[in-house]
Amino acid sequence: MMKYVEEYRGAREAHRYAQALRSLVTRPWTLMEVCGGQTHAIVRFGIDQLLPPGLTLLHGPGCPVCVTPVALVDKALAIASRPGVLFCSFGDMLRVPGSEKDLLSAKAAGADVRIVYSPMDALALAERMPERQVVFFAVGFETTAPASAMAVHEARRRGLRNFSLLSAHVLVPPAMEAILASPGRRVDGFLAAGHVCTIMGTETYQPLVRAYRVPIVATGFEPVDLLQGIHMCVAQLEEGRADVENQYARAVRTAGNAPAQAMLHEVFEVVPRAWRGIGPIPASGLGLRDRYADWDAERKFRVAEVGGREDSECQSGQVLRGLLKPPECPAFGTRCTPETPLGATMVSSEGACAAYYRYRRSIGPCASTSP
Amino acid sequence: MRIDIPLSCPVPLKHSTVQLAHGGGGRLMRQLIEEVFLEPLPASPLMERHDSAVVPLGAERLALTTDSYVVTPRFFPGGDIGRLAVYGTVNDLAMAGARPLYLSAGFILEEGLALEELRRVVASLREAARECGVRLVTGDTKVVDRGKADGLFLNTTGVGRVPSGRSVHPLRVRPGDVVLVSGDVGRHGIAVLSVREGIAFETPIQSDCAPLTPLVEALFDAGVDVHCLRDTTRGGLASALNEIALDGGVGLVLEESAVPVDEGVEGACELLGLDPLYVACEGRMVAFVPAPQAEAALKALRGHPLGAGAARIGRVTEAHPGQVSLRTRLGGHRLLDLLSGEQLPRIC
Repeated sequence: MMKYVEEYRGAREAHRYAQALRSLVTRPWTLMEVCGGQTHAIVRFGIDQLLPPGLTLLHGPGCPVCVTPVALVDKALAIASRPGVLFCSFGDMLRVPGSEKDLLSAKAAGADVRIVYSPMDALALAERMPERQVVFFAVGFETTAPASAMAVHEARRRGLRNFSLLSAHVLVPPAMEAILASPGRRVDGFLAAGHVCTIMGTETYQPLVRAYRVPIVATGFEPVDLLQGIHMCVAQLEEGRADVENQYARAVRTAGNAPAQAMLHEVFEVVPRAWRGIGPIPASGLGLRDRYADWDAERKFRVAEVGGREDSECQSGQVLRGLLKPPECPAFGTRCTPETPLGATMVSSEGACAAYYRYRRSIGPCASTSP
Repeated sequence: MRIDIPLSCPVPLKHSTVQLAHGGGGRLMRQLIEEVFLEPLPASPLMERHDSAVVPLGAERLALTTDSYVVTPRFFPGGDIGRLAVYGTVNDLAMAGARPLYLSAGFILEEGLALEELRRVVASLREAARECGVRLVTGDTKVVDRGKADGLFLNTTGVGRVPSGRSVHPLRVRPGDVVLVSGDVGRHGIAVLSVREGIAFETPIQSDCAPLTPLVEALFDAGVDVHCLRDTTRGGLASALNEIALDGGVGLVLEESAVPVDEGVEGACELLGLDPLYVACEGRMVAFVPAPQAEAALKALRGHPLGAGAARIGRVTEAHPGQVSLRTRLGGHRLLDLLSGEQLPRIC
């Protein structure tokens, strides 16, 4: 597998694009990478350090863990704490704080919370343990939603009534539109998340490009991918163009993955969804259709009223909208650390605050004063 | 953008109960040890923060260590809990430069454990002890109610002798020293994960679990003035290096491209969103040696099958004591930090 990755991590190729960018840029531009995985790659490999001055990268709302609202985390905690429930989640949701605690604390207090790698693993648990109610915390963008849909579809087909889904799925284009439409917008162009485009195709961005005259480049996750995506985006800006382009052609087709889209449509409908730190975005979430109500954990466990509050000190919403870089937050690294997070951007493996905390703290001596 | 925040300093414990992350080898575990164990139990050898305590006994110096094994599943590709319990303790002795002599084994058995499985574990333990030349001299057995233990927990204590003239300790690490690793990293963690989580990889990954005494002896036989050794177990290479940087009061610079990682392990980590530098090994160590002796040390390591993949991966600096920095493949620098807890597989 790594042979397909290594060629996109080559230092020589990366520096070639960095050099090309230096010749290309004539004025300051600000790009936003939408996906948290891209943010981590940028900070981890030091890609922003290779860019010419004036070319700024902003980190977008593309960490599904970060944008899952506190209310849904509280619902998850409420369900996980019920007797007889086996609560399954992707690993990086476990440390995300709800109003008062996180799923790891619930696990330490006795809840049966397990890490799975796919919703189908949770479905298999439900089949193996008919006496338990198995709930899957379905988090993610268009990328992971088809697999969640498939699990629910299969549960219905096999008659497994002890399986349900707590859907926190969200859609990327409405969030990008919210950023473009917000006052104080700083974004000149987008690097769209390659894996989302793998499912939805590049066509999905045409309305945004037309309405806001902003270049969008579907981009992969390795250093060379990112530098090439940045180069393509800046080239459009310098030429005064605004198109959808595809850097990630080895994985992304214009129309995307039709069977995956059909499965999404079969099980889910588009619903309004509050984004953590950002607030409500119309038509930005995926909820289970009525015909799948028996597999909808929110309805099954009657947690519609459970809802939490966000920490007022946490400024992750500003970070997610590209208005603030993590170290500019007064709580960063002091009152907010991975051990004592105020918000999800500090705990998720794809969160921008976590990336800066992990890779960009100064290499300096331990000072005598406590933080 | 860089910011000056002294985050390697302790921050208050957040939790009022023990969390899984307290056992992950990262920052939370360090805090637990400092605040809960070391403050009320300030015995001087304990305070040395070494893999073994080295204590005088007449004219001799003895190394003493203890470790508990709770691995799930108990049998995994390339090893099992019995083998691990011997190698792990023998390796902790070896990291203090000691030759292992005696071993104890304490079994905590859960009601309902199959005797056949227990027999397999004991046979494996005996075979590993024979291989390491260490004598199993005492033991203990307790049985607890069903549900009170995960089948079988195993504790081993080891005693070894430190040959005269040897001093292997984080405090001996000096700026200018070279950091060597005895082979590729991350195998054990991925091997266990693949069985525990039922993940099938294209090429099955075997644990690297193995005794390190022969490699340590090869270094000394080659006349290398070994300053410090550390096996890269829980928390992996990155955590081991952070511990040495903190305990030795030195800075470390690691070359990302020089760290050997098996292609299968790297692929699995890529898939799961894990960093191989933080994934556990059970048969690998880092060695800190004076720069002029680095080539001789590498040759000594590579002369043994367990050290065939040894590599030079970094150096010790005077600057930034207590921190490990990584030179990335693209030539940039970033912090290689202690993890907050265990690595959690990512979502996508």
